[in-house]
Amino acid sequence: MSASLSPPDPGDALISMTGVDKWYGSFHALKSVDLQVRRGEKIVLCGPSGSGKSTLIRCINRLETVQQGRIVVDGIALDDSAQAVDAVRREVGMVFQSFNLFPHKTVLENCILAPMRVRKASRAEAEATARTYLDRVRIGEQAGKYPAQLSGGQQQRVAIARALCMEPKVMLFDEPTSALDPEMVKEVLDTMIGLARDGMTMVCVTHEMGFARQVADRVIFMAEGEILEEATPDAFFRTPRHPRARAFLGEILAHH
Amino acid sequence: MGIPELLFLLQGLKWTLALSAIGFLGGGIAGLLVALARTSERTALARGTAAYIALFQGTPLLMQLFVTYYGLALVGLQLDPWQAVAIGFTLNASAFLGDIWRGSIEAVPRGQVEAARALSLGYASRMVDIVLPQAFRISLPATVGYLVQLIKGTSLASIVGFTELARAGAIVSNQIFKPLVVFGIVGAMYFALCFPLSLVGSWLERRLAAPTR
Ligand SMILES: Nc1ncnc2c1ncn2[C@@H]1O[C@H](COP(=O)(O)OP(=O)(O)O)[C@@H](O)[C@H]1O
Ligand SMILES: [Mg+2]
Repeated sequence: MSASLSPPDPGDALISMTGVDKWYGSFHALKSVDLQVRRGEKIVLCGPSGSGKSTLIRCINRLETVQQGRIVVDGIALDDSAQAVDAVRREVGMVFQSFNLFPHKTVLENCILAPMRVRKASRAEAEATARTYLDRVRIGEQAGKYPAQLSGGQQQRVAIARALCMEPKVMLFDEPTSALDPEMVKEVLDTMIGLARDGMTMVCVTHEMGFARQVADRVIFMAEGEILEEATPDAFFRTPRHPRARAFLGEILAHH
Repeated sequence: MGIPELLFLLQGLKWTLALSAIGFLGGGIAGLLVALARTSERTALARGTAAYIALFQGTPLLMQLFVTYYGLALVGLQLDPWQAVAIGFTLNASAFLGDIWRGSIEAVPRGQVEAARALSLGYASRMVDIVLPQAFRISLPATVGYLVQLIKGTSLASIVGFTELARAGAIVSNQIFKPLVVFGIVGAMYFALCFPLSLVGSWLERRLAAPTR
């Protein structure tokens, strides 16, 4: 599955970040980050806690603003204009560590809201789409339930289906299995692997190294707001070059 | 204390209910706008609204009614008592309800708004579909609690000439010289309005504290 590390062709880049700097007050959270993600590419982003992984992917759909640098998603340059931000968000799905399902809406209602409000789909269209994706994440029978009635793993699969219902061009995952009980991690990872097989472009913050080996085209290692290493999973796990990456891998493996 | 006096008190009760309804409706509508302005990302708007809330929470309702009725008349804007009271109660209630609902909006977990943003939902949909339904649930006990305060606060409308329940009680009491009996009845009437609401409020509070669904 892993592809060659040929320099990304900017013409084919679905996400392009160049020279991105982000500060929270005086804290420098992203330091001159460059990242190109090609269509269909699967990226795993890892690094110690607090290294800026969430901040980085949240800049892609403008949940965080940046002070410097250029971010282009599917040809749309993210600037301060609301139209650009909306246009990008329509093409970018996101899955959060804490699921963030809407608790007062059923599974089906969670899935049809954005297609109806944003894509102006009819209820019938939106429901048909939602049922397709709910079946795909194997949770179709739970469509009428409320999130609180589902297990964590089921909720996260609904969250994936909800994002897919907008038919995004890229999916961002921010530690999607970190809040799950161990026995539920696999069902969510399997769903993500299925998505990867279907050709989705994915940027995944995760410490699931098995998933990274199986799915990632590139592993990106971050520490203290900087990208320190980019490599194929094989190279990264066998011979991490940066000392911090070696230390990080040592810790991860010790915990598994 | 005969039937005519009792009917007079019931007239007063009717005005008390009408004033409460006006305060709650006007204050509810304006209060929603206040809450939305107070939680706006536009700092100037949010700060201006904070000042508005501080002003109306920090001064007595009696004084606010006084200003809307007598004060505005001095500068040439003569309102009839109904208008003055409707405006006064609406302004006052909007500050209190707006602040209660501001807190409820802020109590909706951040992730909810982030998920809505990530789905490209605009401000109106984020509020109407996601934030307000959850904030409404959170705010129910405090909102009902405020309604009780509002009902009791309507007694202040007597200063602009309303004969609502408390004022009706004072009039009857002066006529028949039985303040204990009269105010006992007036108190029982307030209690009959407010106590069930308080019960509903604490029931809601217990229900909402229980795990969802
Ligand atoms: N809203 C914020 N305000 C201030 N500092 C923040 C905020 N969000 C994140 N940070 C800081 O930025 C750094 C990177 O955070 P984050 O991107 O969440 O890291 P990671 O996802 O890699 O654990 C951390 O030190 C964190 O404390
Ligand atoms: Mg994080």
